Amino acid sequence: MTGGSTASGLKMALILAGKRFASSLLTLFLVSLVVFTIAQLLPGDAAEETLGQSATTQQIAALRHEMGLDRPAHERYLSWLGGMIMGDPGQSLVANMPVSEVISSRLPNSLLLAALTALVAVPVALSIGIGSAMNRGGRIDRALNIFTLSMVAVPEFLVATLAVLVFSVKLRWLPSIALASDDMSWGEYLRGAAMPVLTLSIIVIAQMARMTRAAVIDQMDRPYVEMAVLKGVAPIRVVLRHIMPNAIAPIVNAMALSLSYLLGGAVIVETIFNYPGLASLMVNAVTSRDMPLLQACAMIFCAAYLILMLIADVTAILANPRLRAQ
Amino acid sequence: MIDDLPFSRRELLGTLGAGLLLPESAFAAPARPRVGGRIRVAGMSSSTADTLDPAKGALSNDYVRHFMFYNGLTELDRHLIARPALAERIESRDQTTWHFRLRRGVTFHDGAAFTSRDVVWSLLRHKIPATGSKLATIAEQFAEVTASGPYDVTIRLIGPNADLPAILAQSHFMIVRAGQKDFRTANGTGPYLCARFRPGVRTLARRNPNYWKPGKPYLEEIELIGIPDEVSRVNALLSGDVQLINAINPRSTKRVLASPRHGLLETKSGLYTNLIMRQDQLPTGNADFVAAMKYLIDRPLIRRALFRDYATIANDHPIPPFHPYYRNDLPQTHLDLDKAKWHLRRAGIGRARLPVYASTAAEGSVDMASVLQEYGSRVGLNLAVNRVPADGYWSTHWMRHPLSFGNNNPRPTADLIFSLFYKSDAAWNESGWKNARFDRLLIEARGESDQSRRKQLYGEMQGLVHHHCGVGIPVFISLIDGHDKRLKGLYPVPLGGFMGYQFAEHAWWEG
Repeated sequence: MTGGSTASGLKMALILAGKRFASSLLTLFLVSLVVFTIAQLLPGDAAEETLGQSATTQQIAALRHEMGLDRPAHERYLSWLGGMIMGDPGQSLVANMPVSEVISSRLPNSLLLAALTALVAVPVALSIGIGSAMNRGGRIDRALNIFTLSMVAVPEFLVATLAVLVFSVKLRWLPSIALASDDMSWGEYLRGAAMPVLTLSIIVIAQMARMTRAAVIDQMDRPYVEMAVLKGVAPIRVVLRHIMPNAIAPIVNAMALSLSYLLGGAVIVETIFNYPGLASLMVNAVTSRDMPLLQACAMIFCAAYLILMLIADVTAILANPRLRAQ
Repeated sequence: MIDDLPFSRRELLGTLGAGLLLPESAFAAPARPRVGGRIRVAGMSSSTADTLDPAKGALSNDYVRHFMFYNGLTELDRHLIARPALAERIESRDQTTWHFRLRRGVTFHDGAAFTSRDVVWSLLRHKIPATGSKLATIAEQFAEVTASGPYDVTIRLIGPNADLPAILAQSHFMIVRAGQKDFRTANGTGPYLCARFRPGVRTLARRNPNYWKPGKPYLEEIELIGIPDEVSRVNALLSGDVQLINAINPRSTKRVLASPRHGLLETKSGLYTNLIMRQDQLPTGNADFVAAMKYLIDRPLIRRALFRDYATIANDHPIPPFHPYYRNDLPQTHLDLDKAKWHLRRAGIGRARLPVYASTAAEGSVDMASVLQEYGSRVGLNLAVNRVPADGYWSTHWMRHPLSFGNNNPRPTADLIFSLFYKSDAAWNESGWKNARFDRLLIEARGESDQSRRKQLYGEMQGLVHHHCGVGIPVFISLIDGHDKRLKGLYPVPLGGFMGYQFAEHAWWEG
């Protein structure tokens, strides 16, 4: 490992990050446009949803005016975009507070849930994936295969509901709902978050482990691995030292995908455990037609996805000596 | 409960013009309440739209919250009779000009004294469109609200309405501090202080030690959260994470009953899901078609299969059997395929495919539509069930098709139900029927203070709706709450679950 190759690898990574950043801005812009357009197609608007079934036309018109919904769509979008560029995501139409405030109460919850899940899931998934690849065709591999395949196939609401029935209703070990309030201790939080983390982990582990196994096995058939084995390198060293640098790109990619899912796709788990996260907030924003809030959530999920993908690519470059040297 | 009110029951009933006398024992509490205890309560709704502004209350959790932090001029008891609350005395000679003498010595949570200024502000703000009041249409009746002294308020209505005390008992008309516009926290006169409020997450209420009702409330602390998913809500109750929940699906009642630690509270209510047959469209505007559809509804089946008998059979008009104004001599409509067939032949629609719009937004409507479709096929009626998403149902489908379903919440008075949903020019005259006699009776009954005459008028209106209106009401749906058995003092109030959303003031904890 020479200093020169590391430096050029870093340089490459920086250039890539710069290019990615520029294209990310474009992606975010396009996503916001698409979300805005599609949301316009939904029946009803925030004024109608707020006033509900019992509203009169005059009331709706008055509230629409107050919310600024009587302006043409392109004008609303442009003023939202202008605010966003200045760093102000606007005012939530329904909650009557700044969007930033609404999100700041939910985002830490989502990040914490995702971080805890990643902390549990990544090491387990890597061990399962590598372990079953090394025992390809063996008993352990088959057992792990059956486990991961069935976990991929089981929908998360089933895992969550069964976990609640067993651990909170029958055994009464863990709370059935995760209450994340600002005045609770870490112990209480962890107890409440245990089952959501468990459920999410099971889903994510299964996917990541399968990807890891596939990536490692893909490399195992290569001549250089055969060479290493013939040289008498210990199996664990073959995997970690020779295969992993080459297999890391698809693995990290799979992980980035799973982790971005943890932020935005956890809506079912958030619903079942009543966890106040960002995904349920976004669903909320859709049903109440709260456009600024919806846009802000969409931007966060999209940005998180792009950042994770960028991290995955940079990791792949830095981990692979051949890419580093290019 | 009633003993600590500084007036006699007779005087009160006389002033209100309410003619229902109840046995004293109806108010006797079985055990002596004690102060203390913390409970967590899970309602079915929770979103960023959660509000502390009584005027904006839209969902059950909002109402619970508002009843914790605020008081109205009046309050409804378990028989839906309005009794003075922040008002001490209510008088009216002509049901048009009402005089309210306010209670003295009541303070807001911030220490300010409660006076007539607060009442004037709280009632008139409903007429300002920017308030976004849910009851703006009802507030239009207030021609004038004036303070004639620090503890005297006069409300002049645009026409006589004997129900004003009941109308003012709704949570929307509860009293906020004069000038209050920002509702980040609640400053009311209610039994609990708002310790914390996060829309869509939770509300924390602490006992108000200076509450004006002596001894009340009992609970030290209530944490109110929302668990929209019904299975999760029941699980939370059974696992002991929450002590009280509402809106239990009849299918889950077995699970709750199987637990030795938990009990159910069934509230027979005026909630109904109804078939809407638009009278201004064809073929649903045909009187024979309407009659045929009413004969096609298998009410006992709907009650048993859809609601596991947690429902009351209805008779195509919106007044439930336990209501004081219920008319009991109307013949009950039964499933009758022969009569349905005869009426359908006269309506002459043949085998034309007729879509009926149903959605989970209107509770039970999808199953009701399927039942109708099944019986329809036996008499040659080709119904097609169009199941549409709950999201946006009320703005895009409800009342917009010849055949759709509606879902109407219990209202405190017969007048409100009829004025909102059956008057010819009402915005939600769901079937679009027009009946001049009905409209005349409605106005007459509203201003009538003689109870027996009122009952007669409302009875005739029930007959008109039953015979001529384009709605089919199969059953009244009961509301089911689940609670930890250590939570005492609960009783049903037909307006809604959670004791008509008012449990906080009356319940106590024994554990």
